[in-house]
Amino acid sequence: MEINMSDIIKIENLTYAYVTEEGKNAVALDHINLSIKEGSFVAVLGHNGSGKSTLAKHMNAILLPEGGKVYVAGMDTSDENLVIEIRRQVGMVFQNPDNQMVANVVEEDVAFGPENLGIDPNEIRRRVDDALRQVGMYEYRTHAPHLLSGGQKQRIAIAGIIAMRPRCIVLDEPTAMLDPMGREEVISTIHELNRKNGITVVLITHHMKETIDADRLLVMKDGRIVADGAPCEVFKNVRELKEVGLDVPDTTELIFQLNEEGFNLPLEALTVEECASAIYAVLS
Amino acid sequence: MLKDITLGQYFPGDTFIHRLDPRTKLIMSLEYIVLLFVARDYFSYGLLFAYLVLIIAVSKVRLKIILNGMKPILILVVLTALLNLFYTPGNTVVSFWVLRITDAGIKNAFLMVIRIMMLIAGTFLLTYTTSPIDLTDGLEKLLNPLKKFKAPVHELSMMMSIALRFIPTLIEETDKIMSAQKARGADFETGSIIQRAKALLPLLVPLFVSAFRRADELAVAMESRCYHGGQGRTKMKQLILRPQDYLTLALGVLLAAGTVMLAVLGL
Repeated sequence: MEINMSDIIKIENLTYAYVTEEGKNAVALDHINLSIKEGSFVAVLGHNGSGKSTLAKHMNAILLPEGGKVYVAGMDTSDENLVIEIRRQVGMVFQNPDNQMVANVVEEDVAFGPENLGIDPNEIRRRVDDALRQVGMYEYRTHAPHLLSGGQKQRIAIAGIIAMRPRCIVLDEPTAMLDPMGREEVISTIHELNRKNGITVVLITHHMKETIDADRLLVMKDGRIVADGAPCEVFKNVRELKEVGLDVPDTTELIFQLNEEGFNLPLEALTVEECASAIYAVLS
Repeated sequence: MLKDITLGQYFPGDTFIHRLDPRTKLIMSLEYIVLLFVARDYFSYGLLFAYLVLIIAVSKVRLKIILNGMKPILILVVLTALLNLFYTPGNTVVSFWVLRITDAGIKNAFLMVIRIMMLIAGTFLLTYTTSPIDLTDGLEKLLNPLKKFKAPVHELSMMMSIALRFIPTLIEETDKIMSAQKARGADFETGSIIQRAKALLPLLVPLFVSAFRRADELAVAMESRCYHGGQGRTKMKQLILRPQDYLTLALGVLLAAGTVMLAVLGL
């Protein structure tokens, strides 16, 4: 088959089903087709049970497809010999920061990934310092993780991934357990990694706000991708999104309501500034 | 209440002892324990006591901390002393009713108490001056030769360090569950010991369930970070034996030679 080299992840006809406690088959992923361009920032939005976490776990061979194929940088995830290399290329950050920390010193934890890859100790040291600086946690390198805030812990988890020098990071609801400040820290950190280092980011979330700055937004429901496009394009379909059970950002909601009342405002205005100036333009 | 439990007992510092390689400290501690059982009489004990005083002084661990650490074994010490005092045959010094104290008994009791206290102080010094992570690393390195006999050395040390890592997390969790149960009227503090033990059951069940869930998530996270056992794994922090380690080990050889010699002479 042909693989487009600019696609870091390519998913073809992927299906996956869980066996529930009652012994029934529950379809988590239903014939998904998706390719993710290297260097892009992709947000995946969906409710609990929409299959977004299951999709994420397929991107670094934690789960293997039941039907269809997943390719990471051209490597088939179902090939057991490639698993380590696939996981080096696509790192994964999980929801609960406590349950992904291995060591009780920050720098030791960041070193865990590179150590597993068998990298030379001096090089590990360099990478760990580098990674900690990039997430702004270098001053905390000798601290115990359990004394840090949720946002800080999650940034250390991200550092632990980038120390392996991956091409892509998949974040599975990294902000779900954080306070608003911690959320802000984490989201701005991954945006910076995407911009400065060109690392591909797949951000799985159920917070609208976090998806606004993404290059591309996927909306999932019942194991299918129901919307795919630039965030401002996706959020334009306010009615469809509400049918899926998702809210739209406050700004879109405001403009939507105003338009219902007969105004003619652009639904693409996503940020507060854009929204304000759009309303201002109509009023004056 | 649970936060008060000090675990690991490590007191960070930057002394000669703190900077020693954990392997050196493990070997020296082991040697010290063996020598305590080799020692016979005042002179050999005196030599080991001098060594203990020396490392306490160099490590700058406060005497109060060491003495505090002995509190839990106080009963054991008193019991040992009494048994030795009354049940050692020898020349009677004092006697009343069926009990009699002999001169050998007094000496035995004294040396036994000294031995136990020195044993505790010496081993505590190891954990006081070595971080848990260094300890597990040192242990893994020391036991490395056993890998040839298929002993799961890496797995053991990984399990130990993960257990240490999760102690604070689980304590926090226990506190949370306790508060939640208390809010619903659970009583952990009054009643007989049996009643209180029973009250702990609704605490332990959720704690275990959550520990298993955490273990599962951690396993997935570790696999995501390319963990595939000890094979081909490197370590960021390399343990290196420095001149001061060789110096300490040489001192250890002298100490062993001295103690054995004194013991053989019966001193």
